[in-house]
Amino acid sequence: MEKTQNNKAWFLVLPVLVIVAFSAVIPLMTVVNYSVNDTFGDNAFFWNGLDWFVEIVTSERMHSALGRQVLFSGIILAIEVPLGIFVALNMPKKGFWASFCLVLMALPLLIPFNVVGTIWQIFGRVDIGLLGHGLAAMGVDYNYTNNALDAWITIIVMDVWHWTSLVSLLCYAGLQSIPQAYYQAAKIDQASRWSVFRFIELPKMSGVLLIAVLLRFMDSFMIYTEPFVLTGGGPGNSTTFLSIDLVKMAIGQFDLGPAAAFSIMYFLVILLVCWVFFTVMTTLDNAETK
Amino acid sequence: MMAQITLKDLAHSYVANPTKDADFALKEMDYVWQDGGAYALLGSSGCGKTTLLNIISGLLRPSKGRVLFGDRDVTDVATAARNIAQVFQFPVVYDTMTVRENLAFPLRNRSMDPAYIKARVQAIAATIGMEATLDRKARGLTADAKQKISLGRGMVREDVNAILFDEPLTVIDPHMKWELRTQLKDLHRQFGHTMIYVTHDQTEALTFADKVVVMYDGRVVQIGTPEELFETPAHTFVGYFIGSPGMNLLDAKVAGKVAHLQGVDVPLSGAYSPLSGRVQIGIRPEYCELTSGTGLPITIQRIEDVGRHRIIRGEVAGQVVNVIAPEGSEVGADQTRVRFAPERINVYADDWRVQGGAA
Repeated sequence: MEKTQNNKAWFLVLPVLVIVAFSAVIPLMTVVNYSVNDTFGDNAFFWNGLDWFVEIVTSERMHSALGRQVLFSGIILAIEVPLGIFVALNMPKKGFWASFCLVLMALPLLIPFNVVGTIWQIFGRVDIGLLGHGLAAMGVDYNYTNNALDAWITIIVMDVWHWTSLVSLLCYAGLQSIPQAYYQAAKIDQASRWSVFRFIELPKMSGVLLIAVLLRFMDSFMIYTEPFVLTGGGPGNSTTFLSIDLVKMAIGQFDLGPAAAFSIMYFLVILLVCWVFFTVMTTLDNAETK
Repeated sequence: MMAQITLKDLAHSYVANPTKDADFALKEMDYVWQDGGAYALLGSSGCGKTTLLNIISGLLRPSKGRVLFGDRDVTDVATAARNIAQVFQFPVVYDTMTVRENLAFPLRNRSMDPAYIKARVQAIAATIGMEATLDRKARGLTADAKQKISLGRGMVREDVNAILFDEPLTVIDPHMKWELRTQLKDLHRQFGHTMIYVTHDQTEALTFADKVVVMYDGRVVQIGTPEELFETPAHTFVGYFIGSPGMNLLDAKVAGKVAHLQGVDVPLSGAYSPLSGRVQIGIRPEYCELTSGTGLPITIQRIEDVGRHRIIRGEVAGQVVNVIAPEGSEVGADQTRVRFAPERINVYADDWRVQGGAA
């Protein structure tokens, strides 16, 4: 059958292009604009080339923020992914308790980010917080406001509390889709519990697990609100992650040029990591089918 | 290691507190599966075949009764410890493993000698015709290739107590079905494992098994050789289920050596004492004959030529009667009566066969 050629159809795409332009491209372009200009005030801008980018890339402050950020995301993934899988494996498969667990686990996910920060901020306070005061009463020297390690531990525990459910729920969905016959066959084949996990559950979960890891990586790499409310990036700079530093630079110091350059690179890094991640995982997947 | 399997007063219900008969998916039964026998478990869907199989393999704990392997009570023994092989209706393969690893899996789990595993896997691969694909990942294979792997995994252990097949050839192509069934039979001859083969296909059951166990509504209604099932069905279900078409069943009054039907006397080969309940006579279409002489009046509705013979579909007193006539035989307009061979007639009271007394 001959297809009718009619390029007027492109006009139908126009509304979407306009909306995307206003919602994403134009705001992004203002950032691009700031990143290559400088000003001495009076709304008079002049071309600054890539100087801001060079400044950010070579800045000691950025290096340490990036280091903290990578460490944080690494720890988050290392704890939440195995823990999430473990929880999912031990959840009831059906009945009242299955629904109960699902609701219970979904609760932390429904709490606004700054509320989570506030909850833990109060919870951990040595003077009135249940956790902080309790630890102090037991003789533990804990204070997240002036001890960097305590601050880190509190932020990590908070994030684990807030987000492990997401990994669990995704894995649970993956586990529920495994037909009963697989478990029966494994029993017949005298497979160990580990083998059942390794050869049945993990392969069937790999799809949702990929999504879980990706989501947790992106979210933890861009984390802002909770540590900002809890520690404000302190004590000192010890919990100043990339986005906290970005906001300090853009709004605190009003260094819009470097902040814009920083934003663009931040965005590109996340895009790059996600792309690499996705490509590697899908290639591995395809290689296995061959 | 192999042993006979005894089911003692076994019953199973999926309801927590079964009270009435209908609550039981499997009604109370007592049966011994002889060591080394090739059995087929035949019945329509939902009659309890799979339930019975899962009880033998330990995937399900019976609500009542015991399961014995030899003299050992295994009712509370876990599946893995029973050392039983079972092949399911739909293929189960370990996706991330190669075909070879899949076949070796049950042996590896028992820590067998690697050299033995290698040789054994090779032998099984030859049996299922998958030597060429041994090093492929199992994931991308077709459904029937996957099912062949499942069958292979079921047969790879030589020391199992029994091999259970739960309608294993459902997803396999017809020509391959025949081949695999023949191979199963060969394997049975070679190794002498007790094999229980669940199916709802009578051809499959009759070609595979020495003994066919027919189940109906959670009950074993007859156990016998294919010939016994054909000649003397113990239950009307067996008569109807086995044979193509199934047995003709006609409501009748039976007294002594005669069945009264439509005012016509049908002679029987044995004598029957007075029967209560619904009384029927059953006769295979193979043993019916159209005549122009004496017999029951039949209204012929349709004649089907199926190649080897012709099936005449008719009606006697509002009840369906099928007659099988030899290929090429003519059905004349004067052949309005059907005659039953007396020695082939079975008598049923409330669906169960009644043995006639001496003539």
